[in-house]
Amino acid sequence: MTDFTLWDIVRNLMLAGRWTVVLSLIAFTGGAIVGLVLTLARMGGLKPIRWLIRLYVDLFQGTPLLMQLFLAYFGAAVLGFDVSAWTAASVALTLFTSAFLCDIWRGCVEAVPSGQWQASRVLGLNYLQSMRHVILPQALRLAVPPTVGFSVQVIKGTALASVIGFVELTKAGTMLNNAAFAPFTIFALVALGYFILCYPLSRYARHLEKKLYGAGIR
Amino acid sequence: MTLDFSTLLPYTDVILEGLVTTLWLTVVTTVVGIALAVVVAYFRDSASDTARDGRPSLVGRLLGGYVEVIRNTPFIVQLFFLFFGLPALGISISAPVAALLAMILNLGAYTAEILRAGIDSTLKGQHEAARALGLSRLQSFRHVVLVPAFSRVYPSLISQCIIVMLGSAVVSQISVFDLTYAANFIQSRNFRGFEVYLVATAIYLLLAVGLRLLFEFVGRRLFAYRQGGSA
Repeated sequence: MTDFTLWDIVRNLMLAGRWTVVLSLIAFTGGAIVGLVLTLARMGGLKPIRWLIRLYVDLFQGTPLLMQLFLAYFGAAVLGFDVSAWTAASVALTLFTSAFLCDIWRGCVEAVPSGQWQASRVLGLNYLQSMRHVILPQALRLAVPPTVGFSVQVIKGTALASVIGFVELTKAGTMLNNAAFAPFTIFALVALGYFILCYPLSRYARHLEKKLYGAGIR
Repeated sequence: MTLDFSTLLPYTDVILEGLVTTLWLTVVTTVVGIALAVVVAYFRDSASDTARDGRPSLVGRLLGGYVEVIRNTPFIVQLFFLFFGLPALGISISAPVAALLAMILNLGAYTAEILRAGIDSTLKGQHEAARALGLSRLQSFRHVVLVPAFSRVYPSLISQCIIVMLGSAVVSQISVFDLTYAANFIQSRNFRGFEVYLVATAIYLLLAVGLRLLFEFVGRRLFAYRQGGSA
């Protein structure tokens, strides 16, 4: 059995950490795009569309992310095509992220006082113009802090991709532990890795929130 | 390929056993986790008797560190650290105990942060008025700060407990026989992964809905007297 130095462990964890970052970026970007489409459809859409999107959000918020990952992984097999852990993890995390962002952003649009709507319509702006020039700019300011805050949940969520065999920070930790058997050190370092990624985002989200409240909005 | 749920029928008792484990883990975690959160929130409250010069005490700041560590690392890593890491230090714990400990520490940290938001919004004058009326610091914390804080943040508290219940699916990864472990077990026997996970997911969804209804019922009882007045 080869001996692992602390540097070997740290180096391998950092290499695997890249994939945590990449998967987080994919999930967040994909989730933001899908979430934005859903938010817009939900605000303007017909009743059945609104109802369907609400169901979509409730389904993803009411079931474990781990189950969503299993379903993406095994569901694709049922449909007849073989997906890699990469694809399954990216798809499941993107859908998961989109549902939560859609919910967060809907709240932000609803938080813009209805008088703003009425005023812009009275001034002769149509639905899209009001949305673009009056509502969305205000909703966007409200949306930034909780969105940054949610990105932390996305990063932590990628850890579950390890369960379906995606080699990222957590999976690398368990693999290293099987070889080096230093669970205390290894999992403390894995946790440190996530903390380094997440803590600055948490702090930034809190800072943005304070700034928003300080500015007297809401 | 078609879906076939009939192959699941022989495994009903396996699913039930898993469901029971998920339920008791959730119940114990909710009760102990919220109690832990109250203690943490008390020590972190800058107005409580543990504070010095308007700053939380050393204990309060240490607990603040605990909250940040839990909130900024994934639950599965916390679980692995407790289950695999602690025995390396000579502290050996069984899988269910590790799962319960991880869940309690997790809910405790998130709920402490939720409670803090509720506590911070308590007007300082109320605390001072309670003290002037002769309530001790602890009495004042309990009656004037804590209960109103709970009623204010109760919706967030419900969501957090549901998140922890759903997150408990991860304890299957250290071989705790919960609902997800049952699903994995059946999947390894009948190779009907999609059907098994679909059923397990549906059960989780029902649990989430049921938990929310239960919490809302309890909340109406607990905080009923505030609804008409100014809370």
